[in-house]
Amino acid sequence: MKIHEYQAKEVLKSFGVAVPNGRVASTADEARAIAEELGGRAVVKAQVHAGGRGKAGGVKVVGSPDEAAEFAAGLLGSNLVTAQTGPQGVPVNTVLVEEPVDIAQELYLSVTVDGAAKSPVIIASAAGGMEIEEIAEESPEKITQVHIDPLIGYQPFVGRRVATALGLDAALARPFGALLGGIVNAFQNKDLNLVEINPLVVTGDGALLAADGKIDTDENSHFRHRDLAELRDADQEDPLERNANDKGVQYVKLDGDVGCMVNGAGLAMATMDVIAQVGHAPANFLDVGGGGTEEQVAEAFKIIVSDPDVKKVLINVFGGILRCDVLANGIVSAYKEVDVNVPIIVRMTGTNSEEGAEILRNSDITVAVAADLNDAATKVAEIN
Amino acid sequence: MSILVGEETRVLVQGMSGREGTFQTERCIAFGTNVVAGVTPGRGGTTHIERPMYDSVRDAVEQEGANVSLIFVPAAFATDALLEAADGGVDLIVCITDGLPTLDMAQVAQYLTKKSVRLIGPNCPGLTSVAEKQKVGIIPGNIHAEGRIGVVSRSGTLTYEAVSQLTALGIGQSTCVGVGGDPIIGMRHRDILELFENDPDTDAVVLIGEIGGTAEQEAADYIKNHMSKPVTGFIAGATAPPGRRMGHAGAIITGTAATAEAKKQALRDAGCYVSDSPGQIGITVQRMLTERRISA
Repeated sequence: MKIHEYQAKEVLKSFGVAVPNGRVASTADEARAIAEELGGRAVVKAQVHAGGRGKAGGVKVVGSPDEAAEFAAGLLGSNLVTAQTGPQGVPVNTVLVEEPVDIAQELYLSVTVDGAAKSPVIIASAAGGMEIEEIAEESPEKITQVHIDPLIGYQPFVGRRVATALGLDAALARPFGALLGGIVNAFQNKDLNLVEINPLVVTGDGALLAADGKIDTDENSHFRHRDLAELRDADQEDPLERNANDKGVQYVKLDGDVGCMVNGAGLAMATMDVIAQVGHAPANFLDVGGGGTEEQVAEAFKIIVSDPDVKKVLINVFGGILRCDVLANGIVSAYKEVDVNVPIIVRMTGTNSEEGAEILRNSDITVAVAADLNDAATKVAEIN
Repeated sequence: MSILVGEETRVLVQGMSGREGTFQTERCIAFGTNVVAGVTPGRGGTTHIERPMYDSVRDAVEQEGANVSLIFVPAAFATDALLEAADGGVDLIVCITDGLPTLDMAQVAQYLTKKSVRLIGPNCPGLTSVAEKQKVGIIPGNIHAEGRIGVVSRSGTLTYEAVSQLTALGIGQSTCVGVGGDPIIGMRHRDILELFENDPDTDAVVLIGEIGGTAEQEAADYIKNHMSKPVTGFIAGATAPPGRRMGHAGAIITGTAATAEAKKQALRDAGCYVSDSPGQIGITVQRMLTERRISA
């Protein structure tokens, strides 16, 4: 789960990582007051769950408290559209007001999980301020990766190794090690998926400062990190996705016109792929889950048909733990509650598929029944 | 002979007395799996679905000679269950449970390496040896036909889809393995390919991958350099937009190597047959078998 920059910096601060002085504001007046406390000059940063804020006009260095208030007033309550958001953008409900940083050098530093090595990995580069994907593309030799043994955790030699790779002055090696140790400890103690500091700044007087901070938490560990779970900002999520996820359905809105409901993430992606192969585009990814209930199926169906972009629906279920009769009952009960004006194509196989087909036949729903995946794709193309 | 399980397999089930554990264990037994015990702390000395229950994995290993553990316990207790299984002396663990914290799995993986214990999963459908009638997981038993094709996949229902296409064409399977969709899992595609390569009862392999990570590239590297048996591949997620999480946490596109096209190209470069459509997996395997003169 993504959290805001100001929240990420609070987490990092609690592990001894230095961040610029500043506070979060939800009104223009608060932004003015914080800028005043900081001495007038400040950086005002829109707090949204998307990268690319700078280029999108969401970050500004201001010269006075009034300018801070003015810039904050323009952002707060608006939607910020960045390269990483959809065309509708994401709402700006808070801004972070911080003291400006005197930048001598910018570094890149992150900790994430390397599935191949089955360990956390530190990724560092002296080419800070750029997207790591760009650095990886253009100059991969500038990136250092050091794995952390999950049973041993952070050790000082790791800090020395990374500091050397970054070409830091000898005087900076020790404070860098302390900062890196704080970041790795935050990663491990808080069960994070990602900590990214870009840039990590070496200031004019030789101090290290996390000028930005991005954290992605592991929702599977929220049962033991209630404090992180509470940082969720539902306003940053797509309303359809938020509703679906609250009901235990994995849903991602896409920009096509064929709504699809599938059990299992792999089969759901494969179903999107066959839709594309017949010249259409999926309107969503939807996984009702291995152990989907009749209620979850009904909710999932309602979510799909409530999307105005959906012109056809393809339901593809391989009955296993989720039985086809449960699926059919879910569709029938949802159908009674919502207006459905689009054609529905159903492909059901596996556990209790005969019973499921019988339930649909005996209902007043008109569905086109597909024999297999290829037939389903053909029907998506043909039926209007 | 088959990979990972066989006639010597003696399965204990951690979490057998739960609703899901009971339901699925009954299906394993019906398929022919040699389930010898259940483990639920506090239930030792009782019986459940006609199997003796033990308080600990160690007891079940000592008393019943169990050598495989199948885990159905809820996510919050699954890390403990995995470590107990490894400490208790089984050779293979199959963990169906999904929702384990990633960094728990990082620690578990290191511990299992130290103990030389193999793990399938977590967040997986498990595995089924068709010829040896050993189903250690939740893959529906009725979709298989007995034969000589190995199947390895990251996902659940997409595995069933691929297996059904094979069976419908009269192409039987030796062993089918779903390794799981989490960022950190036990055995990966490459590890399973190595077992299939060395399995005298497997003639060819179907590899089902997904966007995200680099497991398919590792597999392609192994195929290119070490594998004599032909492989058909399919990669799901060609239409998934970059950067979005599609259900499986491991499927975030992290770079160009993680895209469906990059993975398909790696498989093609390794000499694999690649099915571009999920609806053509069976037919592609059929073509591979014909061209390589392997009987189904």
